[in-house]
Amino acid sequence: MSLRRPAKDQPESFEFNASSLEAANNIVAKYPEGKQHSAVMALLYIAQRQNNNWIPLAAMKYIAKFLDMPYIKVYEVATFYTMYNLSPVGKYFVQVCTTTPCMIRGANQLVEACKEKISENECELSYDKSCSWMEVECLGACVNAPMMQINDDYYEDLDKQKTLDILDKILNGETPKPGSYRGRVNNEPENNRKTLMDLKNA
Amino acid sequence: MLKDQDRIFQNLYNDKGSDVSSSQQRGDWVNTKEITDKGRDWIINEIKESQLRGRGGAGFPTGLKWSFAPKEVGSRPHYLVINGDESEPGTCKDRDILRFEPHKLIEGCLIASYAVQAHVCYIYIRGEYFVDGQKLQAAIDEAYEKKLLGKNAAGTGWDLDIYIHYGAGAYICGEETALLESLEGKKGQPRLKPPFPALIGLYGCPTIINNVETIAVVPTILRRGAKWFASLGREKNTGTKIFCISGNVNNPCNVEEEMSIPLKELIEVHAGGVIGGWENLQAVIPGGSSMPLIPKERCETLKMDFDACVEEKSGLGTAGIVVINKDQDIIKCMARIARFYKHESCGQCTPCREGSGWMWRMLERMAKGDATKDEVDMLGDVTNQIAGHTICAFGEGSSWPVQGLLRHFKKEIEKRNNLDPIVQKKNNIPYLVDQHLLDKKNA
Repeated sequence: MSLRRPAKDQPESFEFNASSLEAANNIVAKYPEGKQHSAVMALLYIAQRQNNNWIPLAAMKYIAKFLDMPYIKVYEVATFYTMYNLSPVGKYFVQVCTTTPCMIRGANQLVEACKEKISENECELSYDKSCSWMEVECLGACVNAPMMQINDDYYEDLDKQKTLDILDKILNGETPKPGSYRGRVNNEPENNRKTLMDLKNA
Repeated sequence: MLKDQDRIFQNLYNDKGSDVSSSQQRGDWVNTKEITDKGRDWIINEIKESQLRGRGGAGFPTGLKWSFAPKEVGSRPHYLVINGDESEPGTCKDRDILRFEPHKLIEGCLIASYAVQAHVCYIYIRGEYFVDGQKLQAAIDEAYEKKLLGKNAAGTGWDLDIYIHYGAGAYICGEETALLESLEGKKGQPRLKPPFPALIGLYGCPTIINNVETIAVVPTILRRGAKWFASLGREKNTGTKIFCISGNVNNPCNVEEEMSIPLKELIEVHAGGVIGGWENLQAVIPGGSSMPLIPKERCETLKMDFDACVEEKSGLGTAGIVVINKDQDIIKCMARIARFYKHESCGQCTPCREGSGWMWRMLERMAKGDATKDEVDMLGDVTNQIAGHTICAFGEGSSWPVQGLLRHFKKEIEKRNNLDPIVQKKNNIPYLVDQHLLDKKNA
């Protein structure tokens, strides 16, 4: 298990804005009548998006009322799943995969780059509070290792220099292009493709 | 090597695009009605005869699973749930299906829903695959537009709605009952079995749960016939499989190949060989991190299928092959995997919650050479006390890689860790420390 604590400074109140409310109602409609509790995970995501990438306790209370379920159940879900950020992480949240397949291809260089550019420790906001980084477990792009995720996008086939360049861009407020940074197409074997050849460049 | 025309996932590298019209050129959605017209029993029988085994790791026969669904729909509706919570380190095959072959999956959902009489299908995708999930959502929207989903889907007379549900970074939700808990809006902690989900699953209703790849190959099997599928590979290990080859190889890649292909061929031909040459190979994890590693000598002849891997005391799992060469510290690699399991344990059963942390800390010290001689056996003892003593298979999944390390690299550990526990009391060894105290501050 991993230890997860809510942030010390919490806002007083939270409410969905109009677009979040519409999205939330659409989500609830996906589940059978009376089973609206199923929507709690999606609603937490909506709250996280609305509130600069993190979920305050007030949002959990609001969602509990919204779905007519006990607050503790929402709290349980928010603290169980690691993708819900319980404290501020900045506008750009960098997650570096360091599990074995990435580790043996040099994920530690990506960690070094993050330490140089963002902050010495993980889960710590950068000097301008726009960005933070952390080590995470397998992100499921093992053949594109080493890789990292910034907000929703995957950045693959990295090394230290490429990571530094990407981090420079986000610290300047730009959004770098996601995908492979060695120029290969998706998950094909680089320069060594032996299958489905007649489709290639067809 | 498998012939190109026998590959099911023609668009694995996205050469052609993933929309409906290009999918139709690859044969999807062409005669869906003809397939469903042959009836449920024919579909289930055909899948049984193809000997398709689940692609999510356990390798349970799919046709058999479908036949467990009640024959008549009672007061409770049936559900089909697709498991796309791909989080096993070394595995990234479902992501490519979601991105590039979504219509194979959607058509498979329709056929499977028809076979098990479900009108609602939930696709559970791990939260990190948000972008890929959005691509699938776009494909689902297009399918609704073209009347391939919804009322009278694809002219089959069957109504089907598909919804995507995003997970939020919990590996354990790949376990089918934990996935159902998560779908119901709870913590993803596995349920006791029995009752099995086929009778009491989502919302207490009969539910069939299949992996993304399993469902995505179904339409092609039914089109080309069970005989064709069964002719590939060998008895009880039939068909094709997407292998993910990662780690210390020259060209890490995903590739669809025939079952029972030799491991050496996969690595040498498709992945461009081990970095530093075959002689530089140290060990291979054949099926995602929870399967025990296999040392080089055995890799020479290993065939990649369910039964051959079990004979080597490992498993095919999800076919995520992690190649580790001699430049790597094997104990460190396994310590990192142990840390993964420590992080992902759901905390429900004590042996797993506490034991996964013990294994991680012991291995970390062993990698540094700070462990005593007797700890090597103690570590083996801990793994045995976890495996088989938990509600779900996570206990096995977390202790098997450590057992594999002890089985094949015990000498290496002993060489590095020769502290004598009685004579040298210099080292303060924290045997039992509450792992939360060692955790990161803000995590």
